[in-house]
Amino acid sequence: MKELKFKPKSRLWEFLGEKFIAVNAFVALIAIILIFIFIFKEAVPILTDPEIQEEVTLEKMVFKQEFYEGRDAKWSWQPNSEVPKYSLFALFIGTLKAAIIAMFFAVPLGIGAAIYSSEFAGKRIREIIKPVIELLAGIPSVVLGFFALIILATFLQNLFGLTFRLNALNAGIALGIAIIPIIFTVAEDAMTSVPRSLREAATALGANQWQVSLTVVLPAALPGISAGVVLGFGRAIGETMIVLMASGNAAIISANFLDSVRTFSATIAAELAEVVFGSGHYSVLFFIGSLLFAFTFIINFSGDILLTRIKSKFQGKMN
Amino acid sequence: MIDAGQIAGNGLDFKPKIQGNIPRGLTLLAVIIIIMILTIILGNIVYNGVGTINWEFLSHPPENGMESGGIFPAIFGTVFLVILMVIAVIPVGVFTAIYLHEYTSPVSRLTRLIRVAINNLAGVPSIVFGLFGLGFFIAFIGGGLDSIFYKSEGPVWGQPAIIWASLTLALLTLPVVIISTEEAIRTIPRELIEASYALGGTKLQTIFRIIIPQALPGILTGSILAVSRGAGEVAPIMFTGAAYYLPYLPSKLNDQFMEMGYHIFVMATQSPDIEATKPILYGTVLVLLILTFMLNFIAIYLRSGMRRRRASLQ
Repeated sequence: MKELKFKPKSRLWEFLGEKFIAVNAFVALIAIILIFIFIFKEAVPILTDPEIQEEVTLEKMVFKQEFYEGRDAKWSWQPNSEVPKYSLFALFIGTLKAAIIAMFFAVPLGIGAAIYSSEFAGKRIREIIKPVIELLAGIPSVVLGFFALIILATFLQNLFGLTFRLNALNAGIALGIAIIPIIFTVAEDAMTSVPRSLREAATALGANQWQVSLTVVLPAALPGISAGVVLGFGRAIGETMIVLMASGNAAIISANFLDSVRTFSATIAAELAEVVFGSGHYSVLFFIGSLLFAFTFIINFSGDILLTRIKSKFQGKMN
Repeated sequence: MIDAGQIAGNGLDFKPKIQGNIPRGLTLLAVIIIIMILTIILGNIVYNGVGTINWEFLSHPPENGMESGGIFPAIFGTVFLVILMVIAVIPVGVFTAIYLHEYTSPVSRLTRLIRVAINNLAGVPSIVFGLFGLGFFIAFIGGGLDSIFYKSEGPVWGQPAIIWASLTLALLTLPVVIISTEEAIRTIPRELIEASYALGGTKLQTIFRIIIPQALPGILTGSILAVSRGAGEVAPIMFTGAAYYLPYLPSKLNDQFMEMGYHIFVMATQSPDIEATKPILYGTVLVLLILTFMLNFIAIYLRSGMRRRRASLQ
């Protein structure tokens, strides 16, 4: 009992202690504000600095440009060529292509496995699925990038008889593997949190197990499942190492999923090390960073809203 | 005969037509494919990497342009990096969780704002952390220090360094620590905390003698998960301190360092002769995987113990 004998301590310590703890609690908030400021700050010269605007403007990044006289206007990303070309549209297409392939790969697998785990699996099988997903989530993205670069690329090359090993499909599949865990986890959470009373009511009305899942559990858990998909998409857009290693990094605009792509994140990773501090190119890379930051901010916010909705819905119904 | 489902009407008309077998089979297939993917990835890496790993590989620096020798400097750099990261992230994460639980009401505007910030921090792409580390830690803080204290010399702090890389990673892993500490605080019986107050304990005394000791498994889980995440991240450290090759080990906070993830990236993408570096590459990947998985297993084990305790409380 000696240890739990509290001596009255000075109020000053309590006061300082509280302030110290409060300061720590503000770190996350301050960090997100600082990230916002320091990423956008370096991107602003594109809009304000006349010297940089000669090289690159918002218009040049978005619309087709006639880079050489007499040639067709086009979108092109070649920041180091004699006439620097900063078409973000080319990168946007690349980012979207890789992310879409990733979604096509990961959504059916992630949600399918979540449905099985929550609706059909017995306790023992669930105890296999959960660690498998955690292991998958624990693989560092550089290892997945390595896997796609060395093994998956060769496999796909032989399968489709491709000339170039690295392409959108290769990067997309590896990205998909990376986002399966997040889709699975969020979707499974949503389905298992559907109140038992709903299931029991449906069963009492004569539904079999699958009908309960399809007509009651899935619709009820839909906001949560969508949250998983949305968050997975956000992660696919922002993921860097996998696309950097596996996509081939050529900014080709085409509808062909077997062409190489260059994504926003990979462009920053590949070019930031060689760029001149404060140059137009430097600003453009931070502008891309701002886009990624703003985009993931929106994605997380929508995910939050969906998850809050499902939470309040179920808690409301249970009472 | 009246079908029970028809009573429900509007869309809930259950006809026992579709049997559960097809959907069950399809979703089971998804599970099997996921397990296969994991098996192929791990199997391939273990099969190709296990032959490379021996004591010499773990204890020697790379030789011949990374085509032979070991990865000791990369292991050393990774450990050094995550130790610095943990020193920075644990107190901040733990105190944030405590503040949210003990000092503010969960519905207050401030608490909600901090929670939104934590959620968003968890979602910021790792490459953006890298940009931030470069713009804030290196250019702003480091450059600022240099212009005040080291005017005549070249850059001392305003350059890529292990301290900046570890602080960048600390921000990236902060949400992980906060979330698992919070989970642990929730498992502490409220009576225990109230008993402390009833005995005249002040808030600080309660925090340091009851809450932190009781939440220790959760804090440990969070730290381990943070380390496992931090050890595998490459994008945030590419511009903030990781080096391709260094002839010496980092010994000061403003040294650059070699790191396993970055080592893998460089060897896989920039090696002139990929076939020659392959054994070392596979060996490095295997070491990194073993490290992160071991950490994850310990974390999962600790957390499941905590969840059991929580379940037994309810």
